Amino acid sequence: MDPNQKRAKAVDRVDSVDTGAASSESTRMCPFPDEVLERVLSLIGSHKDRSSVSLVCKDWYNAERWSRRHVFIGNCYSVSPEIVAARFPRIRSVTLKGKPRFSDFNLVPEDWGADVHPWLSVFSTAYPFLEELRLKRMAVSDESLEFLATNFQGFKALSLLSCDGFSTDGLKAIATNCKNLTELDVQENGIDDLGGHWLSCFPESLSSLEILNFASLNSELLLQAPQLMELGTGTFMQELVSGPVTELKNTFSNCKHLVTLSGLWDATPLYLPVIYPACARLTFLNLSYATLRSIELANLLTHSKSLRRLWLLDTVGDKGLEAVGSCCPLLEELRVFPADPFDQEIFLGVTESGFVSVSRGCPKLRYVLYFCRQMTNAAVATIAQNCPDFTHFRLCIMNPGQPDYLTKEPMDEAFGAIVKTCTKLQRLAVSGLLTDRTFEYIGKYAKNLETLSVAFAGSSDLGMEYVLGGCPKLRKLEIRDCPFGNAALLSGLTKYESMRSLWMSACNVTMNGCRELAKEKPRLNVEVMKDEGSDDSQAHKVYVYRTVAGPRRDAPPFVLTL
Amino acid sequence: MDRKRSSLNLFEDIDLNYKATELRLGLPGTDDQPEIKTSLSGNKRSSSEMESSTCTDENESRSASPTKEQVVGWPPVRSYRRNIVQGKKESSEMGSGMYVKVSMDGAPYLRKVDLKMYRSYEELMEGLQKMFKCIIGLYSEREGYNGSQHAPTYEDKDGDWMLVGDVPWEMFITSCKRLRIMKASEARGLDDSL
Repeated sequence: MDPNQKRAKAVDRVDSVDTGAASSESTRMCPFPDEVLERVLSLIGSHKDRSSVSLVCKDWYNAERWSRRHVFIGNCYSVSPEIVAARFPRIRSVTLKGKPRFSDFNLVPEDWGADVHPWLSVFSTAYPFLEELRLKRMAVSDESLEFLATNFQGFKALSLLSCDGFSTDGLKAIATNCKNLTELDVQENGIDDLGGHWLSCFPESLSSLEILNFASLNSELLLQAPQLMELGTGTFMQELVSGPVTELKNTFSNCKHLVTLSGLWDATPLYLPVIYPACARLTFLNLSYATLRSIELANLLTHSKSLRRLWLLDTVGDKGLEAVGSCCPLLEELRVFPADPFDQEIFLGVTESGFVSVSRGCPKLRYVLYFCRQMTNAAVATIAQNCPDFTHFRLCIMNPGQPDYLTKEPMDEAFGAIVKTCTKLQRLAVSGLLTDRTFEYIGKYAKNLETLSVAFAGSSDLGMEYVLGGCPKLRKLEIRDCPFGNAALLSGLTKYESMRSLWMSACNVTMNGCRELAKEKPRLNVEVMKDEGSDDSQAHKVYVYRTVAGPRRDAPPFVLTL
Repeated sequence: MDRKRSSLNLFEDIDLNYKATELRLGLPGTDDQPEIKTSLSGNKRSSSEMESSTCTDENESRSASPTKEQVVGWPPVRSYRRNIVQGKKESSEMGSGMYVKVSMDGAPYLRKVDLKMYRSYEELMEGLQKMFKCIIGLYSEREGYNGSQHAPTYEDKDGDWMLVGDVPWEMFITSCKRLRIMKASEARGLDDSL
């Protein structure tokens, strides 16, 4: 671009209100020519760093907003699409998150909001060259997907995680129209599967596809797009494999770039060896839909020594986890999901011993999600010692309020050990019988904690107060079924504006407490979801978040903004 | 609101249910089991009350303790994931597997077996013995499971508790809804009533 032209543009860009001040400021404080500043800033990717950059001075604010290509919006209601478009004129990639996380577990009614369409409308005029869209917990309709597919010519990458409202018809529109698609990642969504035909809508010539994650395996597709780096295969049906078993084996070995494999829903032991040739290079293996036993997993893992991330079902048992400990020294992430979470009579799955085995063999573990039916303080303390680098520790003892099953004591010391030892901890989910002591530990020691999830825990307001009084980096706090009331809620008055959001449901907070909060903090949206038939003075579900967009204009009748 | 449980309570609850559904000769109320822990269920129930409530209990959960209700959104597993595994269970039950719950008197937890994995009563007994580390012994028409410590029983389609082995294998696997390995002394009651 012509440097003179650029410099002229810099002057135009400065906000009209502060023109005078800005120009003199820029000659005094900012000696760099604009193009140098923009060149330097274009190298900064992290949105947190960019936010810091934009606060330095008006010149930097402007240079930053013109050079930003990717915008991350952690809460779609914290800002409006118009505000985003006005501030950032040259965006190519958007990440947008919507509903509160507990909506994944049916705690948020349907039609709550987070519709992506208003965003797409604005983007179609503001960012016609948009290339990437990553949505999480947004309401996405087939119409929106079609709109996306037809209004953005150079569109390349779509990722839908935990979204709902669309069907495979919407995916058909994407497959048919997006000629330059490199990534289609559709996971954990509430999709209406109207048939696999959408897969055949990909043009035969499509060679750009690198990442494909969806719900049904099509081996021909595998062969068509040989540079597939990530493949979520979905079903792995016996019928599909019974004929050309050797063909499928070849298919997998042809995938030279395969680094991720997920799905394998119906994999029976007989057919698992088919994927062995691909296993050596795999860094991520998602077996969380496959009811494997320990021996099947052990056999599979002996071929998968490069694994960094592993998702499993607890059918593998403690023995399966022992195999993980011995075969996967490079493991950084482990997620163990319950096969029978709602069946209270069955005792199967994994225990504290499996977790300890993994911690012994995998010292590089930093991310764990673990569902179990029994745990001890001692085991967790051992795990913390073995794996001090945890950044994400999510432990779910499935029976609410269950103590250490050996000592019968609360699980306070377990989480105390975690926060004391794992200084890099960013995310924590607690469970089991917990008193306020757990929260005292968290508030005092968890200096880097950003996200905390609490359920059926705590003894009094003090618990929540400890957390809000400590945890300097806290951004998201989600609480359900705890004895925290108005005093606890209001103790965070000075903190909520530095956080993304607070969720409290089935606690002891009242409408009056919420009104008090709303009155004191006008820049927060304090939303209460009304429950049918519940006491009108109780605030059954409260969602508090900072926003520059004011109260929601699309709130359904059951959402009250105070 | 009290959802706390210890494994001991778990055991007592299971025991109470089966006590109520077993076939016995004897008057209701002549129950020699200890009382239910009142902290859990909130009120005492007589065995006859239990019987009627558990007979109408469709989903086999321990609704005897009303505090153990299903909590919305707990455990925190995405509905998508829950549907997948459930769907698999259902399809496997209809298609390739026939899972039934198995309990054993004295064992605190239930297990599950896939009846399709076995081709005969002998194989099933072997499997159960391995699973529960017990001795069941052989069945004889005349003596039932006399001579061993445990006797396997099953609940059939009509809700009746029968001694395992009294019908041909093929008929058994289609009508068996759940299994219970009883103490041999208690199973004698069943045998007499057949």
